[in-house]
Amino acid sequence: MTATAPEHAGPEVREVPASPPSGTRPGTVRRSLFRALPVSPAVVLLLLFLAGPIVYCVVIAFTDLQLTGQAQESFVGFDNFTRAFKDEAFLNAVWLTLVFTVLSSLIGQNTLGLALASLMQRASKPVRTLTGGIVVTAWVLPEVVAGFLLYAFFRREGTLNAILDWLHLPSQNWLFTLPILAVSFANVWRGTAFSMLVYSAALNEIPKEVTEAAEVDGASGWRRMWHITLPMIRRSIGTNLMLNTLQTLSVFGLIWVMTRGGPSGKSQTLPLFMYEQAFQNSLIGYGTAVALLLLLIGSLFSVVYLRLLRTEV
Amino acid sequence: MPVRPTVRFTALFSLTALAATSLAACSSGSGSDPDTVKVSFKQSTDNSIKVMDTYLGDIKKQFEKANPGKKVELVPIKAPDSEYYTKLQQMLRSPKTAPDLVYEDTFLINSDITSGYLKPLDDYLAGWKDWDQFIDTAKAAAKGEDGKTYGVPDGTDTRGLWFSKDVFAKAGLPADWQPKTWAEVLDAARAIKEKVPGVTPINVYTGKPAGEAATMQGFEMLLYGTGTGSGGSDPLYDKGSKKWITAGQGFEDSLSFVETVYKEKLGPEVSDALDPNFGTKVRGELLPQGKLGIALDGSWLPQDWLEGSGHEWPEWSKELGLAAMPTQNGQAPGRVSMSGGWTWAVPAKAGNPDLAFEFIKTMQTKANAQKWYVANSGISVREDVADDPAYVDAQPGIKFFTDLVADTHYRPAYPAYPKVSVAIQEAMEGVTTGDKSVEEAARGYDEALKEATDNQVVSK
Repeated sequence: MTATAPEHAGPEVREVPASPPSGTRPGTVRRSLFRALPVSPAVVLLLLFLAGPIVYCVVIAFTDLQLTGQAQESFVGFDNFTRAFKDEAFLNAVWLTLVFTVLSSLIGQNTLGLALASLMQRASKPVRTLTGGIVVTAWVLPEVVAGFLLYAFFRREGTLNAILDWLHLPSQNWLFTLPILAVSFANVWRGTAFSMLVYSAALNEIPKEVTEAAEVDGASGWRRMWHITLPMIRRSIGTNLMLNTLQTLSVFGLIWVMTRGGPSGKSQTLPLFMYEQAFQNSLIGYGTAVALLLLLIGSLFSVVYLRLLRTEV
Repeated sequence: MPVRPTVRFTALFSLTALAATSLAACSSGSGSDPDTVKVSFKQSTDNSIKVMDTYLGDIKKQFEKANPGKKVELVPIKAPDSEYYTKLQQMLRSPKTAPDLVYEDTFLINSDITSGYLKPLDDYLAGWKDWDQFIDTAKAAAKGEDGKTYGVPDGTDTRGLWFSKDVFAKAGLPADWQPKTWAEVLDAARAIKEKVPGVTPINVYTGKPAGEAATMQGFEMLLYGTGTGSGGSDPLYDKGSKKWITAGQGFEDSLSFVETVYKEKLGPEVSDALDPNFGTKVRGELLPQGKLGIALDGSWLPQDWLEGSGHEWPEWSKELGLAAMPTQNGQAPGRVSMSGGWTWAVPAKAGNPDLAFEFIKTMQTKANAQKWYVANSGISVREDVADDPAYVDAQPGIKFFTDLVADTHYRPAYPAYPKVSVAIQEAMEGVTTGDKSVEEAARGYDEALKEATDNQVVSK
């Protein structure tokens, strides 16, 4: 769950300044220092436990550090990065990460979340409560539990095939034949609630008069959606896409439990590739370099969304 | 929208308090107590299996009684093998977290020795009488490339063919089956496929999800029986030039065997074989339910069927037969087995190495060692225990698997071995799914081998 800090809306300062404000006077500096004092422990903690490890990560990405089997590590410059771009398994992981993110986050969670939210707008209260409850339940389950549930659903003797059998339809074996599709479904199943909540809130913000006016003017449902609703919740779409994408990029547990990235790396997204390199092949340096590349992919997505957010209607 | 100052003040105050307390918590380091031995071991991921916990609890009692004032702290790590190694290596990196005694797989010990994680034990061993009872091959398993010994083995394991007598009877195969060549193994599987529907004829672990089980129980049981090179030489690693050997005829023949098993549908469904949880299914379901004809597997299987394991199967010794894995064409010595095993080692950064070795001595009295071998379905590495009728008759199968030690092979567990192992699993996976021909998989192995060993390769 990604928590965004609420904007700090403090009361306006009512103190009467002892002298006309001028920014550079020692009194003001001292006062702002004094005001910074209470947050300093938090800042120190953040530097120590957040910035510290991140800097350390960047440093070891340029070494050949191994978890075991090596007496002394050394700096290797950009070797890890050049190695990654020559490594077929890495390129395969990048491709699968993009497929996974686009399928499950951009298309799946996002669209389904919006659809559910719009439908629930018009539903009766009990229906709304029930649907909302079910969807949110999937979301609050721990990742590993969700993974096992969906593994049990998709596997060859699993629930899905039992249902298909009962309907006399041919059975599936996606965990083996199309694993990336199976884990994408799993991620949609698990993560849609978040989008649904964001969009429910956004849709509630749209003034009723606007939609009613459009209705009176004879705009159909689709047109109202396209010309009124979507532009009005554009900001929420951007925020939701950003949070969703970043969450999806770093999904590990779900895929690990369902397929371990297999068979033959057919569902090995970057986080799983990273884990394999760092902890199973003991190549901590290489794994960390891959982690930085994953960070880069995440920031590329973010930049695109930020641009989307910035454009004014 | 203004916030009431009280709220803000409370928030800030609690944040500051939190920061202060967590900082204080961080500064109190975990100093090691000179009277406590910290022992790390691998706890089974199966909650119902408490073999090791029970045994170590018993040793702890003995040790604390014999050494008044000293305490033993058991630190279980509950994880599958590969994750246990990772966790352990992270603990070994710092004196703050390093235990005094660790349970190390021979698969990785050389790698950890190279990293400087472990302490040589030669000085301790020189003054320990029981060390003479250990067989030479087992002593070698924990020897570093510097010739020093870094661990005391607590048993070994061997591998062979388990087969279901019931399935064999239905397929018209003998109850005292002992194949002489690979072809006979495959023929038996074909007979089962033909006559006993609904049963998986043979299981050979394969692919990356099975991990080291695929390499050792599967591939190496084949490769070491191909008899490439002269007697006693290792088909994976050339000791003379200290280089790894690229895929030759024996390697390709072994891949062909795996390919045949899966292509002719003599094995499990490919998707099952590549399911990371398949090993559990073989031991817990397929064998006990008579749904598997032949299993190429390890000597430790019965520990899953003991009292209190959750899937007891006391009749296993009547319902299963045992046969040695034959060499490829029956060439001498006619049978093949691989051995691994675990050792007790002392971390380089341990606070109480002396006390840790005392604990090893307590574990390795003849009586305690014997108790452990039996409890753990392990194979004795001590001559005095191996000769003891009480051990030999303690459990069905012990004699069979102990006899295999004479013809067993050890993995070339040098630092690069874990990566070589992954390369083997990838080659196996390619021929299992049919994505690659034997030839392609072998060439792929050659490439991966160069990568894994920094080009330290040689063709033979």
